[in-house]
Amino acid sequence: MRGPERFLRRFGAGVAAAALGLSFVGADEARRTERRSGFDDMSRETQAMQRDDTANPGMLWVQEGEALWNRKEGTAARACAECHGDAAASMRGVAARHPAFDPATEQPIGLEGRINRCRQVHQGADAFAWESQDLLAVTVFVAHQSRGMPVAAEDPRLAPFRENGRRLFGERLGQLDLSCAQCHDDNAGKRLAGSVVPQGHPTGYPLYRLEWQGLGSLQRRLRNCMAGVRSEPHAYGSAALVELELFLMSRAGGMALEAPAVRP
Amino acid sequence: MARVLINVPRTVRRGEVFEIRALIQHTMETGYRPDAGGEVVPRDIIRRFACAYNGEEVFAAELSPAVAANPFLVFTAVAAESGTLSFTWTGDNGFSQTETRPVAVE
Ligand code: HEC
Ligand code: HEC
Repeated sequence: MRGPERFLRRFGAGVAAAALGLSFVGADEARRTERRSGFDDMSRETQAMQRDDTANPGMLWVQEGEALWNRKEGTAARACAECHGDAAASMRGVAARHPAFDPATEQPIGLEGRINRCRQVHQGADAFAWESQDLLAVTVFVAHQSRGMPVAAEDPRLAPFRENGRRLFGERLGQLDLSCAQCHDDNAGKRLAGSVVPQGHPTGYPLYRLEWQGLGSLQRRLRNCMAGVRSEPHAYGSAALVELELFLMSRAGGMALEAPAVRP
Repeated sequence: MARVLINVPRTVRRGEVFEIRALIQHTMETGYRPDAGGEVVPRDIIRRFACAYNGEEVFAAELSPAVAANPFLVFTAVAAESGTLSFTWTGDNGFSQTETRPVAVE
């Protein structure tokens, strides 16, 4: 079986095993000292796949996104490229500072939301559906322009939203009653069933996950973790997910963007 | 058309073994998975990949439902003269795609 169902089963079983095997209580001493990307915990083979653009399947979506970037869309019949020109220049660094402050709503807006805003407002087109191949392709094409750049999503106007994200990160949830922090701060580097628990940095997204056999967004990843502890995942595009993204970005401040990364 | 990533050296030395890599976007739906409504999703896979050099087949592979999505094949060849490599993927539902890349032998 492939896809989220298998993930859930494996993840759920893993958590049960972990609760027996390693003690979550008092694991505070194990708190991370240095920050590591999920990349650092992967096998050499998977790292090589990410590094090599002719072996990294995420590059297929980057190609797709480039085609969409140049395609006239909507009632305005305008392409992204007509307004933004060469993405290598205009989109450089953009993913590194998203979620960003949106003056129109005075709220944080993630990269996907920002792109869909342009579709609706500037192209007169329908928003791409969340997690659709088109939205993933354009997003990864834009994010790819920031590869290697340091994460810098620190707009002070977003402080209250970031704090909310931090609170969500520390909040226990689901039938398994675990917080993100209990896994990604307190137990990072240990094993949960077969997988290393990563520190949970958002630097690679959208990324190609071997288990998904496809590209997925950061929000898909977060929803997977929520379902993993048997809680009802927040909806795509919800304020809670954007705030979590925002907190994760500040937690990863200064780390290099990797999109499209590869993960097991 | 499916997106592909092909990596072939632009120039190779005569008689030298060189590496060829070919990655194609394809779901490789196994034909065994139920969808959300419990119906089995029909099989949709690439069944055969072939690489020809100046028209002569030099490498081929039969693919099965056990092969992961977006199949990535790496193989080697030796060239005696300059020419064109062609890559053809064929499969279920009439899937067929061919790409070509030049190779210069020096
Ligand atoms: C008609 C012109 C126009 C088109 C077409 C357009 N945009 Fe925009 N885009 C803008 C403007 C203007 C802004 C600045 C914010 C605003 O006013 O919405 C912007 C902002 C952005 C940003 C944020 C940039 C930053 O520095 O933070 C991104 C990302 C973006 N656009 C992506 C896209 C993509 C992808 C497409 C095609 C799907 C697209 N845009 C189509 C005009 C356009
Ligand atoms: C029971 C432990 C556990 C909990 C709780 C948990 N995660 Fe995870 N998380 C994982 C594991 C394990 C992975 C690695 C993926 C895998 O192999 O399953 C992961 C992956 C991630 C990643 C991807 C990192 C990368 O390198 O791509 C992010 C981001 C993340 N989690 C964030 C969160 C957030 C936010 C929460 C809270 C809503 C959360 N996680 C809750 C175990 C957990």
